[in-house]
Amino acid sequence: MKIIEFKNTSKSFGPLKVLDGVDLTINTGEVVVLIGPSGSGKSTLLRCINGLEEITGGDLIVDDLSVLGPAKDLRMIRQEAGMVFQQFNLFPQLTALQNVAFGPRKVRGAPKAEAEETARELLAKVGLADKENHLPSELSGGQQQRVAIARSLAIKPKVMLFDEPTSALDPELKQEVLNVMRQLATEGMTMVVVTHEMNFAKQVGTRLIFMEHGKITVDGHPREVIDNPPNERLKDFLQHVE
Amino acid sequence: METDWSVIIKFLPDLIEGTKSTIYITLAGLIGGLIVGAVAGVMRAYGGKILNAIAFIYIEVVRGTPIVVQVMFLYFALPILANIRVDPLNAAILAIVINAGAYIAEIVRGALLSINKGLTEAGLAMGLPHWKVLIYIVGPLAFRRMIPPLGNQFIVSLKDTSLFIVIGVGELTRTGQEIMASNFRAVEIWTAVAVIYLILTGVLTFILRFTEKRMRLL
Ligand SMILES: Nc1ncnc2c1ncn2[C@@H]1O[C@H](COP(=O)(O)OP(=O)(O)O)[C@@H](O)[C@H]1O
Ligand SMILES: [Mg+2]
Repeated sequence: MKIIEFKNTSKSFGPLKVLDGVDLTINTGEVVVLIGPSGSGKSTLLRCINGLEEITGGDLIVDDLSVLGPAKDLRMIRQEAGMVFQQFNLFPQLTALQNVAFGPRKVRGAPKAEAEETARELLAKVGLADKENHLPSELSGGQQQRVAIARSLAIKPKVMLFDEPTSALDPELKQEVLNVMRQLATEGMTMVVVTHEMNFAKQVGTRLIFMEHGKITVDGHPREVIDNPPNERLKDFLQHVE
Repeated sequence: METDWSVIIKFLPDLIEGTKSTIYITLAGLIGGLIVGAVAGVMRAYGGKILNAIAFIYIEVVRGTPIVVQVMFLYFALPILANIRVDPLNAAILAIVINAGAYIAEIVRGALLSINKGLTEAGLAMGLPHWKVLIYIVGPLAFRRMIPPLGNQFIVSLKDTSLFIVIGVGELTRTGQEIMASNFRAVEIWTAVAVIYLILTGVLTFILRFTEKRMRLL
């Protein structure tokens, strides 16, 4: 079942064309790993899906709604497409529990007790049950990112978008985040992940997309594409990230 | 020249009346100024071209003219232009509302824009409308950063009320002036007036320091 469909989608910042007529269909259950050189448009592609960037050409359908639709549709799309940021972006004045309960309360309108129950379950799921009363500043980067994942999951999205979720983390903290993502994939969550973690791509990804200059130039199965790059620049790129 | 500090005791009731008037003008003016400043500041930070331009012009007009001219305009020119009568007290309050509002707008704008954009994006990405992101996330964070500059503005506005002597409002400075005119005890009376202002600004400073300490900057 289709969940995301780029239809000849373009995005320009002024004269700079960052997405150039992208066609891409993502089905439920897929774990799409998005790679490409810096500036190739990976973040922009991801941010167009939940409307943080407005597309400037073509169309983009998420869960049967166009990102070009009214503001209400856009908010519906955002509730179905959770996003995890490189810099975590946790609300600094709220504890881990309050961060995770925030979505259910303010977006879904759940009563406080119910929202906190959901939040506790999710914090336990990401292995942070004992940290619920900590402020983000009292947590390590890896812990913050796991809270951020829980916060997104709390809204019960159909798709999760990850924009380099481990790039800001020290090597020893990356794994705890990747493990949570691995578990999500196992549970069947549809995911679009921008990352340089090629092991994760191979083990967890069901599809690998390579972007260059705002275009998708390689789209295939991660293992096959990584072991046998169909294009010189991908080969080059893979050598550099290893 | 001999000083006679007992005149202060004698005129204390008058001075207290003047102080009350000063406090009233300051409080009422700052409450209005906070509302106007919050609205204009949000217009500057998030408004489209037109709202932004309106707020910008308002702020520049106020910042580019002396407060004495502003209150003179409200008290003498506005009745002619718009055919509304304003009594001195209300003109004074309105002058503080308009004047402090412009400076507060810049404080509000600066604080809102200083909050990490990633937090706004995180809120929007959850499906919240922008105004809720502002109320629940950005606003409370920005508020903490506003306290020191707001405190500064409160003190400036408090002292600015003394300029309303020009339209004859019976605030503290005017009261001092009137007492002086009757007994020429300049040293005693102006010392007393200065000390009262110092007490008022001191109390304000203390309250602000206290609030600031209780709220952690995040
Ligand atoms: N808000 C913006 N304004 C102008 N240019 C932008 C903006 N966001 C991204 N860009 C530009 O778009 C291009 C693609 O950026 P991005 O999608 O972040 O690439 P990637 O995530 O692949 O590194 C870059 O050249 C970047 O400088
Ligand atoms: Mg990027």
